[in-house]
Amino acid sequence: MANSKNERIFQLIINVFLMIMVILVIIPIWLLIAGSITDDASLVSNGYSLIPKVFSLSAYEYLLFKSKDIFHALGISFLITAIGTAVSLMITPLLAYPLSRKDFVARNFISFFVFFTMLFNGGIVPSYIMWTQLFHIKNTLWALIIPNLLMNGFSVIMMKNYFAQNIPLELIEASKIDGAGELYIFRKVVLPLSLPIMATIGLLVGIGFWNDWTNGLYYVNDSRYFSLQNLLNRILTNVQFLASSTEISQGGGANMKLPAVSIRMAIAVVGVVPIMALYPFFQKYFVKGITIGAVKG
Amino acid sequence: MSKTTTKREKILWKRQIPLFLMTIPGCIYLMINNYIPIFGIFIAFKNIDYGKGIFKSDWVGLSNFTYLFKTKDAFIMTRNTVLYNLAFIIIGTVMGIAVGIMLSELRGKFKSKFYQTMILLPYLLSWVIVAYIGYAFMSNDTGLLNNTILPKLGLKPVSWYAEPKAWPFILTFVNIWKGIGYSSILYLSTIIGIDKSLYEAAQVDGASKWKQIRNITLPLLKPMVIMLVIMNIGRIFNSDFGLFYQLPMNSGALYPTTQTIDTYVYRGLMQLNDVSMSAAAGLYQSVVGFMLVIIANSIVRKVSSENALF
Repeated sequence: MANSKNERIFQLIINVFLMIMVILVIIPIWLLIAGSITDDASLVSNGYSLIPKVFSLSAYEYLLFKSKDIFHALGISFLITAIGTAVSLMITPLLAYPLSRKDFVARNFISFFVFFTMLFNGGIVPSYIMWTQLFHIKNTLWALIIPNLLMNGFSVIMMKNYFAQNIPLELIEASKIDGAGELYIFRKVVLPLSLPIMATIGLLVGIGFWNDWTNGLYYVNDSRYFSLQNLLNRILTNVQFLASSTEISQGGGANMKLPAVSIRMAIAVVGVVPIMALYPFFQKYFVKGITIGAVKG
Repeated sequence: MSKTTTKREKILWKRQIPLFLMTIPGCIYLMINNYIPIFGIFIAFKNIDYGKGIFKSDWVGLSNFTYLFKTKDAFIMTRNTVLYNLAFIIIGTVMGIAVGIMLSELRGKFKSKFYQTMILLPYLLSWVIVAYIGYAFMSNDTGLLNNTILPKLGLKPVSWYAEPKAWPFILTFVNIWKGIGYSSILYLSTIIGIDKSLYEAAQVDGASKWKQIRNITLPLLKPMVIMLVIMNIGRIFNSDFGLFYQLPMNSGALYPTTQTIDTYVYRGLMQLNDVSMSAAAGLYQSVVGFMLVIIANSIVRKVSSENALF
């Protein structure tokens, strides 16, 4: 009896504590959303508030009808996320699979080649000079896709471990006896058995591309190649940028004033929405990614 | 006899070629993205002049480094990087374990799932978005803190982006806020793996919840905690660029408490155009970081070899 009472108090304490944490998560995100649905003038004079003093959807209206640039940046974000994730999901398993095969002669050498990239790097300055001076990547779409994000040692090793543990060698041997080539085995036997790890890595890579702003910070200053994150980054410190860039698309008949403050919040919300919308569907894989990520190389 | 072995070897090599070919795209990518820059570390020993070109710029030996370590910057950025990491490791580990244990003790699958989903959310936000949220709280005249919360508490407004003293707390709070979901789920997954019969036996013996946690959960988490902490110490020279650059909105007044090696390298390269100094700081970070990882790993190998990274 006393035990179950203790248990109830224990559960209560846990729930209260976790609830406080949930509130600490929700309030900041809600503050962002509330800012985007507050009337711009009210936002400037009254400041940010959790309950909009003057409710207004004009920031979203403006986004929908008046701002080509923001749609352009959104398009770039989708494009680099799609291309980047697709390429990553081709080259990562192609490298990881042979490394999982015990009969592959270069297994140890290439594994070390991959692993060493996690231990030592040349730093940003040599990378920056290489990408800009040797590959002339500055102000191209490639700049948002190629540096750093396509593949890393961590995901190769995660995948390699998955292959090694989940693809029975007998299955590969049996396919070989049936006369199947290595590439055929990879496509028809290995990949279909590896959907969970593909989903997990694809997810981590996809979020990485969608959320990345550093490549744009280093390699892009032409706003035509801004992703949504780069645009957000620019207008956070420079509200004027938004005004000057949207004026062009407005043309002459501007009967709508730019809601400079609330629109920034609205763009930020647009940057979060795709992830939030997909989150319930991919949460399972995401949690799986965290847990297998803990397994060492 | 010998004829059959050579035949078998031939077939073996024929089998190896497709495997080799499969690794080529990935290896080329790592070669370019990760290895060529390693060969580029010689830049730190040159006085880079874009006019002359990288290779024709003058060699200056170690003078970039001696100059760097004569400035106050070197001390400040090293101190900040190391101290912030220590704070993050200690607070993050304690909080992560505490929340992980709470999630595992929680009754009701749906509730546990709900809490996990919610506290993992900040981990998915980009640092730019987090900076917007920070600005909504801390902006001088429109922020929620200065406008609503502080006046209600009878306190004076604070100009957050010009007050270096506040930032150790802000940065630590936001780092934990963003990372707690990740680390607690990591610990939760280890706790779930603990043999349930241990708890059942403890309950039969009448052990309280607190005793079960102290005598079963925590000791069994220990190897994992030790490994993660030591690995984090190995990365103590690295900082999260987004946290230290985006959240303080690159405010110069805050450099005393927000400058880390990563932000220094960025500012040297992109804003001050001081490529050589920036390269020297970057190499300093890479080399010390590399040594720390090696040392950390050899310690883990001594403590519990199965948890060593290599």
